[in-house]
Amino acid sequence: MITRYLPLLWANLMRKRLRTSLTLASIVIAFLLFGLLQALRLALTGTPELAGVDRLITIHKVSIIQSLPRSYLTRIRGVDGVKVATSLDWFGGIYQDDRNQIGSFPVEVETFFDVYPEYQLPPEQRAAWESDRTAAIVGQALMERFGWQVGDVIPLRSNIWRKQDGGNVWDLRIAGVYSAENGDNSGLYFHYDYFNESRTADRDRIGWVALRVEDPDRAAQIAARIDEMFANSSTETKTTTEKAFVQGFANQLGNIGALLTAIAAAVFFTMLLVTANTMGQSIRERISEIGVMKTLGFSAFNVTSLVLAEAMLVTLLGAAIGLTLASLAVNALAQAVQQYFPLLGLPNSTYALGAALAIGLGAAAAALPCAQAWRLKIVEALRK
Amino acid sequence: MSGNALAQIAAITSMNVRNMSARATSSIVALVGVAGVVTVLTGVLSIAEGFRTVLAQSGAEDVAIVLRSGATEEMGSSFSNEQTRIIADAPQIARDDAGPIVSPELYVVVDVPLKSTGTPANVPMRGVGPQAMQLREGFRMIEGRPFTPGKFEVMVGRGAAAQFAGLGLGSRLRWGSTEWIVTGIFGDRGGVAESEIWTDAVVLQGAYNRGNTYQSVRAKLISPDALRGFKDALTTDPRLSVRIFTEKEYYEELSRSLVTLIRTIGTAIALLMGLGAVFAALNTMYSAVAARTREIATLRALGFGPAPVVISVLAEALLIGLIGGCIGMAVAYLAFDGLRTSTINFATFSQVTFAFAVTPEVLAQGLIYALALGLIGGLLPSVRAARLPITAGLREL
Repeated sequence: MITRYLPLLWANLMRKRLRTSLTLASIVIAFLLFGLLQALRLALTGTPELAGVDRLITIHKVSIIQSLPRSYLTRIRGVDGVKVATSLDWFGGIYQDDRNQIGSFPVEVETFFDVYPEYQLPPEQRAAWESDRTAAIVGQALMERFGWQVGDVIPLRSNIWRKQDGGNVWDLRIAGVYSAENGDNSGLYFHYDYFNESRTADRDRIGWVALRVEDPDRAAQIAARIDEMFANSSTETKTTTEKAFVQGFANQLGNIGALLTAIAAAVFFTMLLVTANTMGQSIRERISEIGVMKTLGFSAFNVTSLVLAEAMLVTLLGAAIGLTLASLAVNALAQAVQQYFPLLGLPNSTYALGAALAIGLGAAAAALPCAQAWRLKIVEALRK
Repeated sequence: MSGNALAQIAAITSMNVRNMSARATSSIVALVGVAGVVTVLTGVLSIAEGFRTVLAQSGAEDVAIVLRSGATEEMGSSFSNEQTRIIADAPQIARDDAGPIVSPELYVVVDVPLKSTGTPANVPMRGVGPQAMQLREGFRMIEGRPFTPGKFEVMVGRGAAAQFAGLGLGSRLRWGSTEWIVTGIFGDRGGVAESEIWTDAVVLQGAYNRGNTYQSVRAKLISPDALRGFKDALTTDPRLSVRIFTEKEYYEELSRSLVTLIRTIGTAIALLMGLGAVFAALNTMYSAVAARTREIATLRALGFGPAPVVISVLAEALLIGLIGGCIGMAVAYLAFDGLRTSTINFATFSQVTFAFAVTPEVLAQGLIYALALGLIGGLLPSVRAARLPITAGLREL
């Protein structure tokens, strides 16, 4: 039915082109903002959804900045239900300028890919990394940012660790560029042994353990078992799923989610008023026409549906344009803000959510005019 | 301008404004739009301002912070006990009866649950020297008493006690194999220290196996100008390899990236919202002009010049902007000012508690923005009103 009346709806909208385009523009802005806010929320809170479902993280119970004995790695592997485990450390890497902070991790290379299978790189690069102690693999975005090439030797300074010779720079040869499905494209991973053998503090200790379990349903049990193993010792642990771990960091940022939702709500409320106002004006001007349509045999239901459809046409069109613009903007910005937000993109739920909001907005805006159209008495209408 | 023109402007403008009630709905819509934008802008700016204030309050110009060279902040720095004594010997440091006013310090990060979500947060636990309180001008005890040196006692900053669970007076805290007691709550003029938990540095070293090492030395200089001499004295000493900041510089550096980020995002959001509000205002003003076409044409036919017409329409738009702006400011002030919260400072990897600060500067920015929106929203319609052909206008139904 709608397609039959589309020319009519369109003609109605084109009647006052300026008014329609201004209303449409307001709605486009509202959805552009909505898309950007969703991308911002994603950037600030990371992606707990992308965390491995079968991965657990074991850290020092008091705080992640405390290190664990390396022997814990072996003991965790022995726990029933643990498939593979690897160790990671926080290097605190800086490249040249103090402000170029790099997410760099000394890891146990032999087991890294077992625990993080989503990290892919060409076989010859992987072999080069595994066989060369001083080698590192780097994310695509990081390579582009500094213009590095595979084979370059880069000096990576640590703002935490010192070497036994008094310096704090580790030279790393770039063996390969990895791609990771979890969105990490600006990390740097190198050999724990190379890092450990020349540092002064925390020798033979590791930062945290990442492990995979055979059965994700038993994750909570296995986590408890691991922590039990080290309970009441001098170094107690806390094991959580990777998802909870990432979520915890997001929570530390404060109530960002609530704040952004509040802003989006404020914007939509204003747009609602604008659209409702425009619809109301438009209907008031056409009262006599609606009377004529009812005379011709259009039922109250038909007339009301047309009013509703007109409103939805504007909101859905505005939403489509707005979200497209948001997607373009986010892609354009992603390169520029990489240092702060390595993971910039529109979350997939945005489009579905946007469509639902557009329909809701249109319905709410048209509510009053629809009620008017429904109850209109033909005689009164024709008199206007 | 001649007196006649002014009289014309006054006449039409006052008539316009008195007629606004006839176009109430449209005007209110635009008003709400402007108010919404101003509230959001003020809210976001007050976050940046609140955060910046905490860090600015914390910085004294006559207190120097000494770190190991190469470190960007305390956690990346390390000194032996002997080195801290060497630093304390520098002649530029102020002295009292007890000796040089210095505090060698170190901090660790402990997990304390956020009151709001129950999930753990990184809270800084700082081990301080006996003169730490003298180095912070605004320091005062609010409840209880300071910790006793040598014991497993802590005192908690006011902000930390408010944001994180289980830090009240008398609470027992267990980290690792040690149990600590909270003996007091302190304040420091809203500075960074209020986000921290303090204890005796020596006790902290023992509990966290830090040997006899410290991360930083805070020293009160005899005057802010002594900084140059202080830097020279320490950097030329072959036993040391250091980096020196005034406390003020140090905290400015730490807050810089987060404040810039918040300000940039906030301004971007507000600009976009403003654009949306402009469209709403344009809509309102165009319909206002359209509704009064015959009236305007009549006025023009009577001899009123185009300028008074333009100005009267602009005045109407500016009034909407002004009222919307004032409402937005009031709402933002009532809702946000003083609201306490906390967030993680990635530079130090630990929490900073702060309060939204709706300062006069922030409010002024909001108001200016609202007026700008009114101006832009009224400009084009007013020009259209002025250029209306009189005969066509008079025929308009």
